[in-house]
Amino acid sequence: MKMIDMTAAELGAAIQKKEVTVKEAVEAVLDQIKKSEDTYHCYVTIDEEGALRQAQEVQKRIDAGELKGPLAGVPVAIKDNLCTEGMLTTCSSKILYNFVPTFSAEAVLNLQKAGAVILGKTNMDEFAMGSTTETSAFGVTRNPWNPEHVPGGSSGGSAAAVAAGECFYALGSDTGGSIRQPASFCGVVGLKPTYGRVSRYGLIAYGSSLDQIGPLSRDVRDCAMILEAIVSHDPKDSTSVPCQDSDFTSALVEDVKGMRIGIPRDYFGEGIDPEVKAAVLKAADALKEKGALVEEFDLSLVEYAIPAYYTIAAAEASSNLERFDGIKYGYRTEEYEGLHSMYKKSRSEGFGPEVKRRIMLGSFVLSSGYYDAYYLKALRVKALIKKAFDQAFAKYDVILGPVAPTTAPRLGESLDDPIKMYLGDIYTISVNLAGLPGLSMPCGRDAKGLPIGLQLIGDCFQEKKLIQTAYTYEKIRGAFGRPEA
Amino acid sequence: MAKQYETVIGLEVHVELATRTKIFCGCSTAFGGEPNTHTCPVCTGMPGSLPVLNKQVLEYAVAVGLATGCTITRNCKFDRKNYFYPDNPQNYQISQLYLPICRDGKVEIETEAGRKFVGIHEIHMEEDAGKLIHDEWEDCSLVDYNRSGVPLIEIVSEPDMRNSQEVIAYLEKLRMTIQYLGASDCKLQEGSMRADVNLSVREVGAEEFGTRTEMKNLNSFKAIARAIEGERERQIDLLESGEKVVQETRRWDDNLGESYAMRSKEDAQDYRYFPDPDLVPVVLDDDFLAQIRAKQPEFREEKMLRYKQEFEIPDYDIDIITGSKHMADLFEATVVLGSQPKKVSNWLMGETLRLLKEKDMDPEDICFSPENLAKLIALTDGKVINNSVAKEVFELMFEKDMDPEKYVDEKGLKTVNDEGALRKTVEEVIAANPQSVADYRNGKEKAIGFLVGQTMKAMKGKADPGMVNQVLREFL
Repeated sequence: MKMIDMTAAELGAAIQKKEVTVKEAVEAVLDQIKKSEDTYHCYVTIDEEGALRQAQEVQKRIDAGELKGPLAGVPVAIKDNLCTEGMLTTCSSKILYNFVPTFSAEAVLNLQKAGAVILGKTNMDEFAMGSTTETSAFGVTRNPWNPEHVPGGSSGGSAAAVAAGECFYALGSDTGGSIRQPASFCGVVGLKPTYGRVSRYGLIAYGSSLDQIGPLSRDVRDCAMILEAIVSHDPKDSTSVPCQDSDFTSALVEDVKGMRIGIPRDYFGEGIDPEVKAAVLKAADALKEKGALVEEFDLSLVEYAIPAYYTIAAAEASSNLERFDGIKYGYRTEEYEGLHSMYKKSRSEGFGPEVKRRIMLGSFVLSSGYYDAYYLKALRVKALIKKAFDQAFAKYDVILGPVAPTTAPRLGESLDDPIKMYLGDIYTISVNLAGLPGLSMPCGRDAKGLPIGLQLIGDCFQEKKLIQTAYTYEKIRGAFGRPEA
Repeated sequence: MAKQYETVIGLEVHVELATRTKIFCGCSTAFGGEPNTHTCPVCTGMPGSLPVLNKQVLEYAVAVGLATGCTITRNCKFDRKNYFYPDNPQNYQISQLYLPICRDGKVEIETEAGRKFVGIHEIHMEEDAGKLIHDEWEDCSLVDYNRSGVPLIEIVSEPDMRNSQEVIAYLEKLRMTIQYLGASDCKLQEGSMRADVNLSVREVGAEEFGTRTEMKNLNSFKAIARAIEGERERQIDLLESGEKVVQETRRWDDNLGESYAMRSKEDAQDYRYFPDPDLVPVVLDDDFLAQIRAKQPEFREEKMLRYKQEFEIPDYDIDIITGSKHMADLFEATVVLGSQPKKVSNWLMGETLRLLKEKDMDPEDICFSPENLAKLIALTDGKVINNSVAKEVFELMFEKDMDPEKYVDEKGLKTVNDEGALRKTVEEVIAANPQSVADYRNGKEKAIGFLVGQTMKAMKGKADPGMVNQVLREFL
């Protein structure tokens, strides 16, 4: 097996056994980046020198017996909205084209404690707003399964890098499906943890009440391992929750006997691609054969999730993105007359059209006279959606469904029709609104050869049930493989 | 007959809380400091940073709320107030709109017209902004974020005041209460207490309020009083000449004694308030409130009553001493150390007030310790030093709190009680001043004063003047 085909767990074990050095691992992945990056464009920043330097340092600590964890020495890619001290962090936006943070995100620090080697920063939809990674100010990322198609988004660079062998695993962020959907489109495993599991400190916020950081990986074992490394109770994040039940690798058990799995009928109605539907239901059948108790049920309010989500996320974004004003850091327009002209021109030139659309939408729903009708109503819908899930989880351990209605669309197809793009988030966003954990993993390929994703949704802090179910299904399914380069 | 007008005033008072660290990060709140040295990613609004509430802010806010009879909101939230300005690094201020921490309180004030209650509409917590410095020379503006994130409470009164006396009494009452709680030093000059005045006028007997204006930039009680008079007159003039009062924010220029419009209601911004998703709702349980309640101090009125019963000092002294929490604490602590209350009071009312006035300081700035004041009193009680030496020593103690015993020892300032030495000096003084001796003997009683002075001078001020007088008379 080629080194870049290894999972993070396999590579980590080989490094501990001294079969592979960290330097060799980094060089192998840099080699792959050289080969395929021109085609896929997964990265905004590749820190070759830094990665080799980290490799040396990490190797020393491994040799000294200080680093014994499974991720020690394994190269990782970080989504470009996670702050990395001393390394460019742009959110794929012109407005942050030169921004170098003075501190690293807590999740990144947690990985570094585990001995991760950071390769660079992955491309994304600008400020995580988009579902295709086409809204990046620094060019599109292409799907390694077929470069004519998008990798999904917003963590498209991370998902594509994992699929293309341009890293062994990656971190992404998920506000409305931004980890799970690109994972699905790129045939990798992606997990959005329960809101509050992973510290948001150092994640450049899009929708603060919905954002979560999570892993994108080659398989379920890696996913559990990475999650175990990045969760922590962080006093710097008020919404971070004290860790409970976070020994995720202990859930890597091949057993779903008695696991109650609910399939929401509403997720298989109008708009879903028949191939996606068939593959997902086939996965459900496979789990049923292994002893899971699978049944269909009605999850109400699904149709209200999209408007509620786009109201809340845009409202928060309109405020979160106010700090990008050209004054303290980032892009400043060259010619201006006075303060307001500087604000207006810097922001007009610095933000792309999708970001502007959401800032306008968010400012509108928060403005005086509309706040009650839109923002407050959306919060009420959010509470009702959470209640609907609570009722479902009284009956089921896991909810199973598709990640997205279709497989990866062709480049350029989505941007012309933002509403259609927003509708593509229908199965993922209610999970964010309810703060639940959701896992995406490949469950087949369509006729075009593009991966189809299976989504498993759990109750709050029940990631272990997701991992156990996913691990069992992965054993049934067998290796999914990577695209041929 | 000319119309009679009534002034209606409500106040918005910002108070900077006396926490050591900022409201949402661990940076120091210390005044001064080189620009941007008391800062971190949180209070400079760097991307990815997140706020975490300082619990002390909550405790102070609740303490002020309880002391002003407010209902405490058991489940309160922070909201974002969105506006673009460079002193505000995130371009939103974290404040409270929908669920402020305290509501519906009242305080009792007393003016020459008698006692009355002023209602408190609400008290909310928020963060201060940074400071812009305009460099005219370089034609640029610089920003200092040391103040950014310093905790404030805003106390919003009901429109219950009718004249400047009531406003000053209300502000004095708030200041005293907050100082007694230790929640702030409430200095108007330094900006740790700032008041905006909302004022309207209406004809006496009218039910509806008139259109109000909001006056800013009021840096002293005197400026507030002048601004109120000025604005009342301005509004009455407008109404008398058939014009309308415009709802607007005005800035008071105390040097010119007039105000000018800053912005009107028409160009008021829409702040797009919404709950800050980075902060969790604050839930206050019974235990927390009970703890804050238990920590409430003895307030001024109670203290005055107790002083009257416990200490034999004049009412005037009580009024001055309890007028500053710091001075009252100092007084009580010195008495506990064994000093006689009247003597402690004398030092505070005499030399202390004199020096405060001379140096233009607040009683809150007094730095000497009760221990050292007690020692000084003991030194004079025991006639170890005489009064003029004591005053000298006190002045140094007032400047930099130092141990008077040590100082007197080191500088050899003790009164000389050696009668032999005194007699010898007196003999010398008599021999050296025959004219004065003759004057005295000829019945000029005053001449002895000169001889006492000469003797004190020869003894470098260290003799006991009473004793000098006695020995001189003996010789003469």
